[in-house]
Amino acid sequence: MSKKKTSNLSIKRRSFLTSTVKAGVVGATAASFPHIWMKQGNVFAANNEIRVGVLFSLTGGLAIIEESLHKATIMAIEEINAAGGVNGMKLKAIEADPASDPATFAAKARTLVLKEKCVTVFGSYTSASRKAVLPVFEKRNNLYFYPTLYEGRECSKNVIYTGAVPNQQQDEFIPYLVKTYGKRWSLIGSNYIYPKEENNYCKILLKKLGCEVLMEEYVPLGHSEFSSVVNKFKNDKPDVIFSTVVGDSVVALHKQYRAAGLNPDKMPMASLTTSENEVAAMGGDAAAGHLTSAPYFMVHQSAENEKFVSAYKKRWGSDKVTHFVSEPAYFGVYIFKQALERLGASGDITPPNIMEACKGQELIAPQGKIRIDPDNLHTYLWPKIGICKSDGQFDIIRKTDNWLKPLPYAAYPDQTCLEKGINKA
Amino acid sequence: MDFFISQLISGLSMTSILLMVSLGLAIIYGTTGVINMAHGEFVMIGAYTSWILQTKLGMGLIASIIPIFIITAIMGFLIERLIIRHLYNRLLDTILATWGIGVLLQQLIRLTVGSELKYLKIPPFMAESMNLFGQEVSIYRVFIFLFAVAIFFLAWFIIYKTSFGIKLRAVTQNKDIASCFGINSGVVYSSTFAFGTGIAAVAGAFVAPLKSISPDMGTNYIIDAFMVVVLGGVESLIGTAASSLIIGESSSFLASFSNDTLAKALVLIMIIVILRIKPQGLFTKRIRS
Repeated sequence: MSKKKTSNLSIKRRSFLTSTVKAGVVGATAASFPHIWMKQGNVFAANNEIRVGVLFSLTGGLAIIEESLHKATIMAIEEINAAGGVNGMKLKAIEADPASDPATFAAKARTLVLKEKCVTVFGSYTSASRKAVLPVFEKRNNLYFYPTLYEGRECSKNVIYTGAVPNQQQDEFIPYLVKTYGKRWSLIGSNYIYPKEENNYCKILLKKLGCEVLMEEYVPLGHSEFSSVVNKFKNDKPDVIFSTVVGDSVVALHKQYRAAGLNPDKMPMASLTTSENEVAAMGGDAAAGHLTSAPYFMVHQSAENEKFVSAYKKRWGSDKVTHFVSEPAYFGVYIFKQALERLGASGDITPPNIMEACKGQELIAPQGKIRIDPDNLHTYLWPKIGICKSDGQFDIIRKTDNWLKPLPYAAYPDQTCLEKGINKA
Repeated sequence: MDFFISQLISGLSMTSILLMVSLGLAIIYGTTGVINMAHGEFVMIGAYTSWILQTKLGMGLIASIIPIFIITAIMGFLIERLIIRHLYNRLLDTILATWGIGVLLQQLIRLTVGSELKYLKIPPFMAESMNLFGQEVSIYRVFIFLFAVAIFFLAWFIIYKTSFGIKLRAVTQNKDIASCFGINSGVVYSSTFAFGTGIAAVAGAFVAPLKSISPDMGTNYIIDAFMVVVLGGVESLIGTAASSLIIGESSSFLASFSNDTLAKALVLIMIIVILRIKPQGLFTKRIRS
């Protein structure tokens, strides 16, 4: 009985295998035909809708921040559709939850690109997840919009980077801090690539300005016990603490700094990653007096930002905050829309064409007028310096006079990111 | 010298946090033999209960200690009655079941309260720092230290000085014989589970204002708690306190000479070496078997 069952099964398995292989071959030929004799755009813009992927974690540790990026992206898509769509077509958001896990990011990205036929995907907060999906987009020549400020040192032709790179956050910030507070610095960061690269660039600037680095330390991701670090601050008495600590560690660091009785007026923490989001979780008391450099703050005054903030609160709840990662997630969708419009209603909508059309696109974002750099697909942004107040909002104390060109390889003078790819001198 | 004293005090502060977080785990594990993987989530639930009491009912941290303990102890009691009870003496099943409970609790919080970080205030009169042995020390950290010591002695008192404690120790030594002497071991187990859960939750409520509150905060605490319990030896309150002290002070001093990342690794290596020599942990009862 059991033997018969087994043999039956194996026959089934064999026939199943053959049929899958056949299907695979047919599928492959079908997929390669359009390249030759029909516009690929028809694949990506079927049924009068353009399918785009939205790939932010809604579960797991990163959901804390990625949920807000998801919301900003979805809101932009809804707004565009409510205003009539693009070239008479609607955007259709295909949502996937990568559950804060880089491997799942890659798997879901593959599904969005191959199975769901998304022409572009908006996603990722961490560099780890971006690096994980990169091969998917480069291999299939698809397009990815990445909204986070990040460490630079990347030059992919398949990613539009709408967040800041080190030179955009630090070029104004570091000299200002040196002038205002002093030349003795301590660097504290989380232990992974982003803080190390930011510190590399920071140390170059500090050296030029003749500053002294008293301490450079990295704590494990998710670390929440900062008493030893705070003791070192007390002992060294630096003029500025440059913090690239991320996530819930930021909250613990600020709270413990405050509880230990240190004074932000004399020894402020200067951060590139402390946004309204983190401040809400640490309380205004713990955040007051510390500084952040970013292209966007929720309090920035402009008609576009007022519209963005009120729409966001109306859509997702009055207690929600917008911050310097959700804003680029939001305007990224509009860059995408403008690129489609440039291609036109009869244009061939393919990822490489959209990428080409993104180059040099300009629009008035909540932070100011931004532009996609045709050289490296990063974004010209408006760095600002904010000092936190006890009500949990920032006071913008400085703005640049002009937008700042993104230089993803600023810390590596012999390398530049050009249209042809990375250029090593 | 100043730096030495400040690191010593930091170490004591870490010790008190470790002790509070791991005490509940030690009691549950020591008595029932259940490896409670949901312990970190009990800590997290405590933090969230405190947050809800503070933001929705305006209760201060001190005032909410007893409500938090009662609410979470009832939760622990129910979990024991409904799930754990049926799995005693099945080690793997209890690990899986408590793991599952942990995941459930995390998702429950995510779905009801949301996944963004929450803010819990340090009581205003403890928000400043005070001078202790020539060092500026956070009043709140001193308070946590005193509170952890108090909870430790309360647990010691209950286990060694009350009739419930006698029953609990009897059940711990041999459940069947204890039952023969008329001790209702079921009640002892569920009350122990409730007590352990309550302590974990209160620990969460007290530690959270110094750190941050998120649905997955328990993951970090459970690693610390297990390190403490394994190093100290199960069934030993003194062992829990001693190993909290060892881990707390060594983390603090190693971090001061190197950095927190290296300190964490070195402490782990130290624990592995100690366990190689004393597999039962530092403090074990000698029992004739």
